[in-house]
Amino acid sequence: MTHSPETATVMTAADIDRALTRIAHEIVEAQRGTDKLILCGIPRRGVPLAQRLGAKLANIDASFDPATSLGSLDVTMYRDDLRTSGARTPEPTQLPTTGIDGSTVVLVDDVLYSGRTIRAALDALSDYGRPQAVRLAVLVDRGHRELPIRADHVGKNIPTSRNERVGVRLADIDGLAADAEQVVIIR
Amino acid sequence: MTDYLIRGANILGDAPADVLLRDGRIHSMGSETAQSRDGVPLATIDASGLIALPGMVDLHVHLREPGREDAETVETGSRAAAKGGFTAVHAMANSSPVADTAGVVEQVHRLGLESGWTEVYPVGAVTKGLGGKVLAELGAMAESSARVRMFSDDGHCVNNAQLMRRAMEYVKTIDGFVAQHAQDADLTGWDTEYAAQMNEGKVSATLGLPGWPAVAEEAIIARDVLLADYVGSRVHICHVSTKGSVEIIRWAKQRGIQVTAEVTPHHLMLTDDLVKSYNPVYKVNPPLRTEADTQALREALAEGIIDVIGTDHAPHPDQAKECEWNQAAMGMTGLETALPVVQHAMIETGLITWQRFAEITSVRPSEIYGHDHQGRPLAEGEPANIILVDPAAKTTVRPEGHATKGRNSPFRGIELPGQVRHTFLGGHQVVLDGELTTSRTMGNTA
Amino acid sequence: MKHLLDTQGLGYDDALAILDTAEEMTAVSSREVKKLPTLRGRTVVNLFYEDSTRTRISFEAAAKRLSADVMNFSAKGSSVSKGESLKDTVQTLDAMGADAIVIRHSASGAAAQLAASDWSEAAVVNAGDGTHEHPTQALLDALTLRRGWSSAHSSSPRGTDLSGMKVLIVGDIVHSRVARSNVWLLRTLGAEVHLAAPATLLPYGVESWPVTVHYSLDEALSAAPDAVMMLRVQAERMGGVFFPTAAEYTRRWGLTDERLVVVERLQLGDTEAPALILHPGPMNRGVEISSAAADSPQAKILDQVAHGVAVRMAVLHLLLSQRQHDGNHDE
Repeated sequence: MTHSPETATVMTAADIDRALTRIAHEIVEAQRGTDKLILCGIPRRGVPLAQRLGAKLANIDASFDPATSLGSLDVTMYRDDLRTSGARTPEPTQLPTTGIDGSTVVLVDDVLYSGRTIRAALDALSDYGRPQAVRLAVLVDRGHRELPIRADHVGKNIPTSRNERVGVRLADIDGLAADAEQVVIIR
Repeated sequence: MTDYLIRGANILGDAPADVLLRDGRIHSMGSETAQSRDGVPLATIDASGLIALPGMVDLHVHLREPGREDAETVETGSRAAAKGGFTAVHAMANSSPVADTAGVVEQVHRLGLESGWTEVYPVGAVTKGLGGKVLAELGAMAESSARVRMFSDDGHCVNNAQLMRRAMEYVKTIDGFVAQHAQDADLTGWDTEYAAQMNEGKVSATLGLPGWPAVAEEAIIARDVLLADYVGSRVHICHVSTKGSVEIIRWAKQRGIQVTAEVTPHHLMLTDDLVKSYNPVYKVNPPLRTEADTQALREALAEGIIDVIGTDHAPHPDQAKECEWNQAAMGMTGLETALPVVQHAMIETGLITWQRFAEITSVRPSEIYGHDHQGRPLAEGEPANIILVDPAAKTTVRPEGHATKGRNSPFRGIELPGQVRHTFLGGHQVVLDGELTTSRTMGNTA
Repeated sequence: MKHLLDTQGLGYDDALAILDTAEEMTAVSSREVKKLPTLRGRTVVNLFYEDSTRTRISFEAAAKRLSADVMNFSAKGSSVSKGESLKDTVQTLDAMGADAIVIRHSASGAAAQLAASDWSEAAVVNAGDGTHEHPTQALLDALTLRRGWSSAHSSSPRGTDLSGMKVLIVGDIVHSRVARSNVWLLRTLGAEVHLAAPATLLPYGVESWPVTVHYSLDEALSAAPDAVMMLRVQAERMGGVFFPTAAEYTRRWGLTDERLVVVERLQLGDTEAPALILHPGPMNRGVEISSAAADSPQAKILDQVAHGVAVRMAVLHLLLSQRQHDGNHDE
């Protein structure tokens, strides 16, 4: 075994929660409410983040119903790097039964990096309908974009080098206690 | 003709001796000093560490000529035989035209004489065109210049019991014998869409290839030994491949029935597990069987239930093997790997000695055929059909380096022990240090 | 996984990955846009040495839904004497830039030979080879079984195997590539497999298989299977050879109306949901399966067809997304 990589915590569980609260408020403000709003998480970690945002939106605006306004959008089959990164098993895509036509879809992901995942998500979304607008909310923006894509709502900007990795560790996905959630930089 | 002084060869694997070859015979043995005769060159061969054996005799090869010269010719097959240490081979009748007339057997015999790398004896077909319906011209072939004594429809079984009985009776009158390819046509679905493709058993069940039941071989052997007993003839069983066949032959021999049996080198070593690759190089008739069969065949050969090694050397052009399994030709080359495989399977396992090796590869096949100058003891005055073998050599089989035209060796890439270093055919050196020199007909021009 | 040649060599993780992917692909068929860009610019060749319109169009639909280019090569009459050799055909297809070759052949082992050869770099998918295997058929059967089981248990099928299921396969096992592929795959996925057939239609050596063999279909049904898979029997051709008559076959091994009553009482595990009836098609109604059985609500035969496309999409995706050409990495 090689020596264990160096990790540095850049967000704690409390930081993550505060960032999501702020993003929820930003979304309501930017959309002037939650009418025709759909939160769409990108698997895997974007999905629980979208669920939490949904709960916070419902607290802010009682007319927002997470049961009918939450979705997940898998982008595996739309990626342009499958040949180099290897085949992945797609995760479920679940969109509100009412469809996405005319709505404002907020894509939710954990880390924004090259922008290729979001490019794939935009392609995928267009196969399901024609939203009135698409927005992007991410927990972390680590820079190094390869496409003209930017996030509308960012939990935290974290400057990184390309050699580093950003790890988002969430209770629902990584089997942690809620207060052990964190965002780390792995060198 | 050159005289040869072989120095220090282990005679049949035993004590070393010098052997002087002169005028096609073993002139003297013991401790020799080089004595050059006037006008006759003398070549000395340092044979220390080598084993001297009588030239091997193969009762079962396919030389493909006439008709399939793209697969093999008498010339190329003879070269392969010499390199493999064989001083006589018996060419099966399934050429095109079939060797079922005096004309064809005389042609093959003549081609053998002309090539001069080994002695070539044509085997006559039992039935016309190998068709299994009417007897071929057995008497004419026996009286021909080829003096055929062995008759076989090899590749096909003489399936009709009445015809087999008649053939066995008839060959008594010409001092011949029938060599049976034991394969019940019905049990192997011959000429149907479910024609057998490999041994029937665990492996065939999962591979989805129609199975070749052991009983299809055993039932014919049982029938034929009973017929041989009944009509007082003798029968030779080609390429025995199953444990059950061994038991039937054991029973027959105990009863005093005149039956002799042969096994191929590949059936002593390879099993049907290899077919899992679907590589047609492993497709052969009879098929590769199981580990239990292989073990039984080895023991039977050691014990004498099986009399001889026969290679069933069956060269095929590449395209006959580079195709779907069920369309691929059956057969494997064998002449140039026979000694290494038998050494590996029989000698290195401690089952037999080199003495017994000489019996199963030379003495017994010569007796079965009735040769008076092959399979003889290594003694003064005997014909100089001798090979010198390096038992310590290790060689990785590379079919591209073989003298046969066929590249269909199932032993490709396998390291095997033993190498034929020198072959003397009637006192003429046809192989020197593992390489072909000159044939007997080329004489001393080289 | 470089090729899909058989289920005997298919590992548990790969099998589940195919099923889980196929699970998502079933949703694509119900979308308005039934196409994914995944294999855009890649070429899939259907090399069919046997007529099988069903299988070919299923693979064709799968490849097209993933945006691959599809070439259909139908080579009738497979004997060497009749035409071009397999080697030459495959080298030709390779020269045309095939990324995947889906091969259907009457010779057992043809797909494995192709994969083992240096004739082509393409990924090889076995679409049925002789009486050997038909792995995508078994995978679609497994997908159908898993969906039926999880739906009865109101659980998500994703990530689950077939543990707890008992599957009965009935009919011509010895000549069936479908049966072979199902035996290995269902066992890998944890199901218990039973076979029912006359001894003449079971392979010699079946006792070494991880299955329970019944000569009587009634006895096999009394073991309460969760699913019954009926295999096609070519009764006219086999009658008098492998069994006396088609009528006797139907009487003893057919899913008749009388036996349908028994099957209707069978349940999926401990649930109230009825057991499943499967058939790989094409059916011989009135021979191995009665019309009532084929049309019963328990029959999942059309689901199997739909799942075939999803499974083949999953297989093509997993094989072709892994392959790197000429070392040209995007990064």
